[in-house]
Amino acid sequence: PLLVLAFSVCFVVCNLLAFVFQMVEKGTSLLKKLEMNVSEAEKRTGKNSVNMQETYTVYLIETRSAHTDLNTPVPDMLWRRYSEFELLRTYLLVTYPFIIIPPLPEKRAEFVWHKLSADNLDPDFVERRRVGLENFLLRVASHPLLSNDKIFFLFLTDEKGWRDAVLETGFQDKVDSRLKSLSASFRVKNPDKRFTALKQYSDELNTAISQLLRIRARVADRLYGVYKVHGNYGRVFSEWSAIEKEMGDGLQSAGHHMDTYAASIDDILEEEEHYADQLKEYLFYTEAVRSVCRKHELIQYELEMAAQDLTYKKQQREELATGTVRVFSLKGMTSKLFGQESQEQREQKLMALEQDIKEGEELLKEKNQECHEFVQSAWKDIERFKEQKDRDLREALISYAIMQISMCKKGIQVWSNAKECFSKM
Amino acid sequence: MMSVGAPKGLPSSGQKPITEMIHPLSAVEEPLSPAPEVTVNAGGDKDTGLTNGTPVETSSPASVSSLFNRLQLDDDLDGDASTETRDLFVTVDDPKKHVSTMETYITYRVSTKTTRIEFDLPEYCVRRRYQDFDWLRIKLEDSQPTHLIPPLPEKFVMKGVVDRFSEEFVETRMKALDKFLKRVADHPVLSFNPHFNAFLTAKDLNKRQGLALLTKVGESVKYVAGGYKLRARPAEYASMGDYLDTFSGKLGTMDRIAQRIVKEQSEYLTELREYGTVYSSWAAVEEELQRPLEGVAGSVSTCCRALEDLSENISQDFLPVLREYVLYIESMKNVLRKRDQCQAEYEGRLEAAVLRRQEDRTPIPAEVEKCQDKVECFNADLKADWERWQRNKRQDFKQILTGMADKNISYYEKVSFFLIRSREELEGS
Repeated sequence: PLLVLAFSVCFVVCNLLAFVFQMVEKGTSLLKKLEMNVSEAEKRTGKNSVNMQETYTVYLIETRSAHTDLNTPVPDMLWRRYSEFELLRTYLLVTYPFIIIPPLPEKRAEFVWHKLSADNLDPDFVERRRVGLENFLLRVASHPLLSNDKIFFLFLTDEKGWRDAVLETGFQDKVDSRLKSLSASFRVKNPDKRFTALKQYSDELNTAISQLLRIRARVADRLYGVYKVHGNYGRVFSEWSAIEKEMGDGLQSAGHHMDTYAASIDDILEEEEHYADQLKEYLFYTEAVRSVCRKHELIQYELEMAAQDLTYKKQQREELATGTVRVFSLKGMTSKLFGQESQEQREQKLMALEQDIKEGEELLKEKNQECHEFVQSAWKDIERFKEQKDRDLREALISYAIMQISMCKKGIQVWSNAKECFSKM
Repeated sequence: MMSVGAPKGLPSSGQKPITEMIHPLSAVEEPLSPAPEVTVNAGGDKDTGLTNGTPVETSSPASVSSLFNRLQLDDDLDGDASTETRDLFVTVDDPKKHVSTMETYITYRVSTKTTRIEFDLPEYCVRRRYQDFDWLRIKLEDSQPTHLIPPLPEKFVMKGVVDRFSEEFVETRMKALDKFLKRVADHPVLSFNPHFNAFLTAKDLNKRQGLALLTKVGESVKYVAGGYKLRARPAEYASMGDYLDTFSGKLGTMDRIAQRIVKEQSEYLTELREYGTVYSSWAAVEEELQRPLEGVAGSVSTCCRALEDLSENISQDFLPVLREYVLYIESMKNVLRKRDQCQAEYEGRLEAAVLRRQEDRTPIPAEVEKCQDKVECFNADLKADWERWQRNKRQDFKQILTGMADKNISYYEKVSFFLIRSREELEGS
């Protein structure tokens, strides 16, 4: 078991080193070589694992070489469904626990305002999901470390063989332990202040965005109501115009503008969903951040445990060697009560203990290094993430402002038209 | 101080056959040169006590005649033929609360400027309360049964639901009272009514005095005798009635829509406020993003304030006019009914007289001819008032609908102005 542990630690350390080297040679990300997009979505029906008919959606991933050669190759394409994306992401999560893995678009529609469909098969939902999946791929492909992952490459290029390849990595064994570690409660004696602060920030951001999305949905609902009621003016103006002579034409045309006004809210709110999706991405990102913090806590905890364990073993050795019982132990008591062991037994024990201590020291050294390198590489990624987050969210706020300005302009246009009709009454 | 004098015959009624009567509106078709806008301010009475106002001292003749020359064009109807020579201006403003042991009530200042000889002075300033307006309206209805009397705002308000002394309520009511008096003042017949004169000028509007002014006691009671059934309403008046019914229905629908909009806007506003706060709390945990997020919170606040203005406009400017016209329609329907009864009486009497003549050659009594005259006068008055009402209606609705459009445009302009600035800041920094 110790050997296995040591081996996996080495594995992770290798990845860390690779990552560090990657950071040095920037710009070798996959996107420079390969263009990709998720261009279409289609419905399929088939038998699922329990042999029942189900309808699901598949998404078309197209890839082509970024360099325009003389003979530009035909774009590669393959179909993937959402669950396959989930599998890929899980693989990335366990393989790169020190990286903030980009999130997938939501599994089920949440934070919906009432007119928006919560149905997974609804075309608008599918379309938004398509965009989200493409975004996910682009994020992974532009990450200095993740983009070089072989499994990721196979996901994009090998429709049939990918599944076997990912299962062969044996990542699934780590999934359970990861889940356990995420939900386990343990206390770290000397927490890293930076990670503590990061975890707190990530929780605060999560709260803020959740609240925002919830209230935004309610605001959308209400705004929808305001616009739609104006449609009733359209009808009543039309009816009223029928009994008027001079006022008739003006009223009738104004009524049409009221109908236009009422109808305009559908597109406006549909466009706003894009803003909500941008916020949602970062909401889900906070979970990835939290996950990295938790992993660090675990590593830190294991380090502390290893150190504690070593200290205890050394104490035991001392006791055995000097014959004094420093610390109260059941063994010590029983040996006092039921007689001492023989000299031979003692020497055997001592040798075993020495071996243990040697291994323990090795383990401590490795754990130390693991922790140290985890912190280094995680923190590099965290800095990268922070910059990305500030950039992206600022962009999102700008495009939201632009959307709102456009909505105002439409409103001014419609009401100006109506005003003109009224003035001709 | 009011001049009562000999009771004046009302211009529209009388013994003359219709062909010889001057139509009330026909005398005033003079073209008018456009004049600069005149703001009519009340005279110097600033006293607010419990006394009803005192008439203002006579100002120099020069200022009065200059006022006469500078005429205010009420209608904005592109130089229509409906512009009239104005010699009577009335304004209602300056609401004041009066608290006595018995009751609390509001009085309004009623200011008059005029060159008419029926008035002793060129300017008057009195204080009146709603009761006084109500009295005036009843008196007008009684003494001018063939005419359409403009409506008053609702008399009763549910004490628990509406605050009778809130600024909003008083403001809305005052505007309606002002409109009421202006409509009466603009009416070529009603404006000469002695009760109206008393209302505008009397220091102490003693209601008992009003009774003495009633030149023809129980005139309205006598005017339209009951007991006669109209056989067929002439098409002209039937279509008026149909129009009024349909229009009344549409007004009701618009009232409900407007109220619904106010409600939806209010709920939207509630959510918006919370929305803004969330951006602010998020900004508090950010560094680089703090300013942009505060900017969004600011946009939301601007939106909230602008929305409050918009809702206020609907409640204070739009809805009251809809309700006023519902009352107006009731008034008009009343007049139509009275007209019908007048005609019914005539037809009834005529029929009886014809039968008698056939029997014993009794000539048709003069009374019957009087009835015919009455019907013809009534019809003429009603048609004139109908036309006037249609014009007013068109103008009023044009105004409130244009106003509604303006308020909406203004709302979006306010919001987009702030957003554009916000965006520039976001992109710049």
